[in-house]
Amino acid sequence: MSDLLKVSSNPHVRSRVSTTSIMLTVILALMPSACFGIWHFGYRAAVIILISIATCVASECLFELILRKPFTIRDCSAVVTGLLLAMNLPSTVPYWIPVIGGVFAIVIVKMLFGGIGQNFMNPALGARCFLLLSFASLMTDFNYDGMTSATPLAVIKSGGEVEVWDMILGNTAGTIGETSVIAILIGACILLLAGIIDLRIPFSYLISFVLFLCIFSGEGVNETYIVAQLSGGGLMLGAFFMATDYATRPITKKGQIVFGVFLGIMTGLFRLFGASAEGVSYAIIIGNLLVPLIEKVTRPVPFGGKAGKKA
Amino acid sequence: MSKQTFHGGVHPYDGKKLTKDKKIREYLPKGDLVYPLIQHIGAPAIPVVSKGDHVLTGQLIAREGGFVSAPIYATVSGTVKGIEPRRVTTGDMVDSIIIENDGLFEEVEYEQPKPYKELTREEILALIQKAGVVGMGGAGFPTHVKLQPKHPEKIDYVIVNGAECEPYLTSDYRRMIEEPEKVVGGLKIMLRLFEHAKGIIAIEDNKPDCIEKMKALVKDNPEIMVKTLKTKYPQGAERQLIYATTRRQLNSTKLPADVGCIVDNIDTVTAIYLAVTYGRPLMNRIVTITGDAIRNPRNYKVRIGTSYQELIDEAGGFLGKPEKIISGGPMMGFALFMTDVPTTKTASALLCLSKDDVSRFEPSACIKCGRCLEACPARAMPNLLADYAAQGRKEEFVAQSGMECCECGSCSFVCPARRQLTQAIKTMRKQILEDRKKK
Repeated sequence: MSDLLKVSSNPHVRSRVSTTSIMLTVILALMPSACFGIWHFGYRAAVIILISIATCVASECLFELILRKPFTIRDCSAVVTGLLLAMNLPSTVPYWIPVIGGVFAIVIVKMLFGGIGQNFMNPALGARCFLLLSFASLMTDFNYDGMTSATPLAVIKSGGEVEVWDMILGNTAGTIGETSVIAILIGACILLLAGIIDLRIPFSYLISFVLFLCIFSGEGVNETYIVAQLSGGGLMLGAFFMATDYATRPITKKGQIVFGVFLGIMTGLFRLFGASAEGVSYAIIIGNLLVPLIEKVTRPVPFGGKAGKKA
Repeated sequence: MSKQTFHGGVHPYDGKKLTKDKKIREYLPKGDLVYPLIQHIGAPAIPVVSKGDHVLTGQLIAREGGFVSAPIYATVSGTVKGIEPRRVTTGDMVDSIIIENDGLFEEVEYEQPKPYKELTREEILALIQKAGVVGMGGAGFPTHVKLQPKHPEKIDYVIVNGAECEPYLTSDYRRMIEEPEKVVGGLKIMLRLFEHAKGIIAIEDNKPDCIEKMKALVKDNPEIMVKTLKTKYPQGAERQLIYATTRRQLNSTKLPADVGCIVDNIDTVTAIYLAVTYGRPLMNRIVTITGDAIRNPRNYKVRIGTSYQELIDEAGGFLGKPEKIISGGPMMGFALFMTDVPTTKTASALLCLSKDDVSRFEPSACIKCGRCLEACPARAMPNLLADYAAQGRKEEFVAQSGMECCECGSCSFVCPARRQLTQAIKTMRKQILEDRKKK
């Protein structure tokens, strides 16, 4: 061992929070939803989750191996992407779907743009939208209780009645991770308590969405309708787990509010006036594309006012 | 009363329990003493002794090199061994006066000034200047200069910085516990200089005993307030402290005096008290020797010029093998590569750590988590500034408030990707300041 002292610039101490610890916390926070999904949809959900994670990790590994880049899989971000992608897939998809999705998420959306922190849209959502467009029927075939059934949002859209409590608990058709609002909120609490996310994006997103509904849905202030809209589809998962993704949301505090409001309006537009009952994924990836612009116009004013200008 | 604070900041492990209850011990140096001629901001001091001269404790050995400068005094009796470049805490070689200590500590007679209430403004300032008092919190700005703003009548507050927000440091804490009357005395003298000013003693709420002591001491002085600050780093940073105590904001282009404030640290105020009351020059300071790699962490009253190595020996030597030794606190201190460097007027602590966080972690890619933005007390965007620094984009760096950085280290501390944000920003700032000087 060397007798020399270590020398560096200040500061000489570091917080215990690391990229890996953040990713592990997100994985933990997704566990309630994943477990509910497996319990609710059966073993197929578990297999899809595992395939999706394995594909994401393997893609990142292979990509770096081929390009002779240092390995980054130890930061566990590929696991998060794999898990999130699986949360966004129906349990009925063939097993090659998460493979294609995982490769697309990691290679096309994440690694080609420079890897962790550099991707311009959420990899899992990018992959989901890619799959939705490419394999529309497979991706919207929701089989529940042994029969193909419509998601609650589709039922609402076609003017039908839905059971709100079932939606909150998760006893409905949908993708593996999106059905149970309770499971998602437990995970969200973990993220909030651990300081991984704050309420700026989820609240501004959900509040603006509700306001949009009240104004444009024609239902007015109808609590049952609003709760059903909030609980349905990928909104909760999107608001707490996808829209808050570090790399693809504005880094500035003001920008996060702008981003949330934009997502709320876009989701409302897609759900009310779009062809599909669902709109969260598209709203978020369009929002992702606007992030550099939002950041640019919402840069914080430095303490004491900008230098050069008389305060 | 509500606790006062600022935007941003971090909560590092504070390590103060190691030395919090250790009474200040006076340490008398045994070996040679080294007095760098630059221990302050401004012109270097000019030696007035030469090789072979015999000097006494308290004798002037270097006079100020200009208005923005400070004189230096011998802190032991002995013989001048020479004037030569020596390594200082920052790693630079600085011309220094070396005195061979005769171990007798023979002291000069100090001229006893009149009671401070009978002194004029000019006389008080002259005493402070003569004593070589500089900002002992770390910056080392000559105090007599700071106390002569353009419009002294516009100063509303004289703030004594007792925040001591740097982890591990307890020198100010011990001073406030053991010699609070000197602190209050110094503040009263400073208030004589500013007719409209009120005094504020600002202390973080992790030092409730200090707050009580100070409150009791100033209860008959309505012009002095004791304010409780929230414990958060960097609460003691000048701009953050001014904001916390007065709600006034200033940026890098302004001086505290521009918003009617003067801020000085506990040790500095004590030095002012000793200079004006007893005519004693600045000769010692409190240094916290601490960390998990030192056998007996303690607080010492150390004579300026004492080698750190002597202090380490006095504190029982190392416990195991230290990986990092820091002059100052862990957030803003300087890492040392050798321990034979002298204690200067601005050295608040010697921190010996058995583990170095910085080299333990490899920096990785930014994940844009935004923690650095939240931590930055200047409300800048450290992630962006570090990128500009890496790319050498000076104009963008300045336009994005890079010069507002106070180098507190909060951004690097919180970064989960362990990026060297502070280092990058600090280096860029230095380059830009040098460019500006050239113009």
